[in-house]
Amino acid sequence: MKLHFEVPGDDFTRAGEASGELKRKLKRLGFDPDVVRRAAIAMYEGEINMVIHAGGGVVDVEILPDKITIILTDYGPGIEDVDKAMQEGFSTAPDNIRMLGFGAGMGLPNIKKYTDTLNIKTEVGKGTVLTMTVLTNKQA
Amino acid sequence: MTIADVRDILNAFVITGQELLDKEVHNACGSDMMSDVLAFVKDQSVLLTGLVNAQVVRTAEMMDMVCIVFVRGKEPGEDIKKLAQERGIVLMKTPLRMFPACGLLYNAGLRG
Repeated sequence: MKLHFEVPGDDFTRAGEASGELKRKLKRLGFDPDVVRRAAIAMYEGEINMVIHAGGGVVDVEILPDKITIILTDYGPGIEDVDKAMQEGFSTAPDNIRMLGFGAGMGLPNIKKYTDTLNIKTEVGKGTVLTMTVLTNKQA
Repeated sequence: MTIADVRDILNAFVITGQELLDKEVHNACGSDMMSDVLAFVKDQSVLLTGLVNAQVVRTAEMMDMVCIVFVRGKEPGEDIKKLAQERGIVLMKTPLRMFPACGLLYNAGLRG
């Protein structure tokens, strides 16, 4: 099953709508609650990042019995130093984002923590593509 | 304990989710940083926070939390109440500040 979501870049209150939808869909499909939660949290952090840094983007999800693949694509400023961005506590988010409960430098580290693979393709000035997978521990 | 016990211990006012007060809760988390909440999954059931926006409800949703307590008497807007209702999450507010609110719940048996 394939899903496609648009993440609007101008409305912080709507960030997470797509992840919530994915979560409900995975639950209905009967995936293990831990798998559902890991996929939803990882995508949610990705969505928040898109809204904070990149003016929104698109998310494509492929759901297979053994693996959930989530691809987040944006045309934002790109990540200058991926190693730094992967460190807990490193953030380039502006102060107004911290007032909203994010920007603690936990986004990418959380994504890495909850996914089984994470690939970051980024180019400064062009955008970023995050490809992440969550294994479902189910027989294919 | 149940969500009703949380309400009583914190002298809290239930804003939405009256019908869910008999749900059992075992764990809680207190934070204004949602990414910190998202960093530690432990079947936490109650989120105490001083932050009032829609992302609090979304974070609770992602974490399968069933109850959000706004400290210092903060009142969420209609959009937040509606979202919580749709997601089956109890919202309540307590006049207490974060530290005593967490302490009272910890003393009563909730864990982190």
